[in-house]
Amino acid sequence: MHHRSLDPQLLFLLFVNAAVVVAAMVLTGPEFTSAYNFQSMASQVPELGLLALGVMLAMISGNGGIDLSGIALANLAGIVGYQIAVATVDPSVAPLSYILVFSCGALLIGVIGGAINGALIGYAGVTSIIATLGTQLFFTGVAVGLTGGSAQMLGYIPMFDSFGNVPVMGIPLTFALFIIIALAVAAMLKFTKFGTHLFLMGSNAKAAYFAGIPVRSVLFRTFFLSGILASVAGIVIAARTSSVKWDYGTSYVLAAILIAVMAGVRPQGGYGRVVCVVLSASALQLLSSLFNFMALSNFFRDFAWGVLLLMFLAFSRFDYRTWLPMRRPS
Amino acid sequence: MTTMSEATTDAPAAGEDAMSRSTLYKGRAARWMVRHPAVFPFVLLVLIGLVVGTINPFFWQLANLFDILRAAVVPGLLALGVLVVLAAGGLDVSFTAIAALVMYPVAVFVSGSAPDLGIAPILLMGAVAGGLLGTVNGILVNVLKAPALIITIGTQYAFRGLLLTFVGTALFTNIPASMTRFGQLALFRGTTQSGLNVALPAFVLVFLAAAVVTWLVLNRTLIGRAIYAVGGSSDIAARLGYNVSRVHLFVFAWAGMLAGVAGIMHVTANRLANPFDLAGTELSVIAAVILGGARITGGTGTVLGTVMGTLVITLINNVLILVGVPSNWQTAILGAFILLAGLFYARLDRLAAGR
Repeated sequence: MHHRSLDPQLLFLLFVNAAVVVAAMVLTGPEFTSAYNFQSMASQVPELGLLALGVMLAMISGNGGIDLSGIALANLAGIVGYQIAVATVDPSVAPLSYILVFSCGALLIGVIGGAINGALIGYAGVTSIIATLGTQLFFTGVAVGLTGGSAQMLGYIPMFDSFGNVPVMGIPLTFALFIIIALAVAAMLKFTKFGTHLFLMGSNAKAAYFAGIPVRSVLFRTFFLSGILASVAGIVIAARTSSVKWDYGTSYVLAAILIAVMAGVRPQGGYGRVVCVVLSASALQLLSSLFNFMALSNFFRDFAWGVLLLMFLAFSRFDYRTWLPMRRPS
Repeated sequence: MTTMSEATTDAPAAGEDAMSRSTLYKGRAARWMVRHPAVFPFVLLVLIGLVVGTINPFFWQLANLFDILRAAVVPGLLALGVLVVLAAGGLDVSFTAIAALVMYPVAVFVSGSAPDLGIAPILLMGAVAGGLLGTVNGILVNVLKAPALIITIGTQYAFRGLLLTFVGTALFTNIPASMTRFGQLALFRGTTQSGLNVALPAFVLVFLAAAVVTWLVLNRTLIGRAIYAVGGSSDIAARLGYNVSRVHLFVFAWAGMLAGVAGIMHVTANRLANPFDLAGTELSVIAAVILGGARITGGTGTVLGTVMGTLVITLINNVLILVGVPSNWQTAILGAFILLAGLFYARLDRLAAGR
């Protein structure tokens, strides 16, 4: 599962990243490779990347596992965090505690939302598609209900704004946070019992159950984690845009799944690598920026994402079939 | 089913007789509910009707009831398509994109090139175009062998992007005369005491006809048997000699066809074609089918249950305002209903299996 560090998927993703950069240089000129543009792209990767990590965890768990509620929960977390912070702290007097209250409130919603998903799927036995479809509508609905559908402005808080938008030593802080979280998730999958259990359960749920793996608790923790990742995405979005809104990033449901599938995570469960998800998120961001540089519309981007998703499904199928027999003898 | 009930009766020890009997009865009741999936949404329908009707008697006015029926036509047609795909063990979320990608070009094309075309050929065009787009889904599911949800998320974005990038984004109001006429055709027309004109639109019959035909396909044809067999277990169905690929092609084409018809009906009912319409209603349509007792795991689901489920969802969307629930909270309540239905059926399945 983990023994080859340079699997074909990883090489392929590195190649895609490089190819998009080269294509961009040819098609749009040198501004694309300016430090400013790379920083701006890097600061846009985390929100989608975090959601994609959540989708990856859900997919690895197997049995058609998927988390469709990610962006809805991220937005709800931002909104509730904002409402708690505004009600308790005056941002002009104590900006740091305002940010802390906001972040803790958002994380709390991630914990609650993740626990709801986890309990529904792990303990109540609801299929993950139904459960997360329901919670997606529910989280969105609560967000609309709380705000009346309008955007909530956080106001300009220098510290928070610079976390979202000002790079330190050339690296956007949100991107650094994303990389740290990705490393933590990767380490968890590789070195903890939970990680081992998750992969085993995703490969064969029945065998895992009879081997004594606590299937329900593993499922609960998987979706719980995904919820927390979503709320961190919500905080990052708020920092970057200085506002929270219930319908931010409506196309992220697809984009997060696209990133996971492009990263070679098996939709049937049992396989997925964090490093590939990070590279896949960056490839998508490069492509998205390229479309922006070429002044292509958002509708075209949606079209391209849909076609890309199907192409990568085709690719992974081809890839899967060709190297399965090679692994048999070992 | 019978082997499962035997397993539950002999499992508990002698001392737990009373308990095992109660589990047995619960199991029996659960299995009865599983066999009659229309009961749960029907009870919900009656409950909502009674509660809302008591709080606000306007609910029972003919005008309101006709409005609900009218609003149920498009989601109902879409839901019948989802039912057939679910019964075969798949899931389709691209149907609203198909409906939009069919309705807009058809309306534009007919009014530009053949403005005198009757409603029947227009519906046929919609059905054929939708069926072809659905077939694309079916082929992709067969070739890519990935979960149908993920494939149809891809085609949903591709179809919608195709429409908005290459076909058009402008509101189209100059729709063909035959569609306008069909939209206004009434089965029943009357005036209430308050002087309000009420009419039951004739296009409700399109939904009825689609429901009857889908029922016939599922219950009276070989392909219907094959759909439930493949949905129950595609491996076993394949070993029994069912052609699984052909079933996939059929169900996605059928769902696409119904989506095409739904798109045409949407334009007919609203008398305009908006390419941004219908997108985002997938979830409530799927919710209607789930409420109607079809399992996401496949092999189950009935037309009657789906029709009931559609009515429940349409009711929730239309009557909350009558009882003073602010429209801002309607999405949350819809989500809660889906979760409740999911919980109810998950519990039911465990009881029916005697666990």
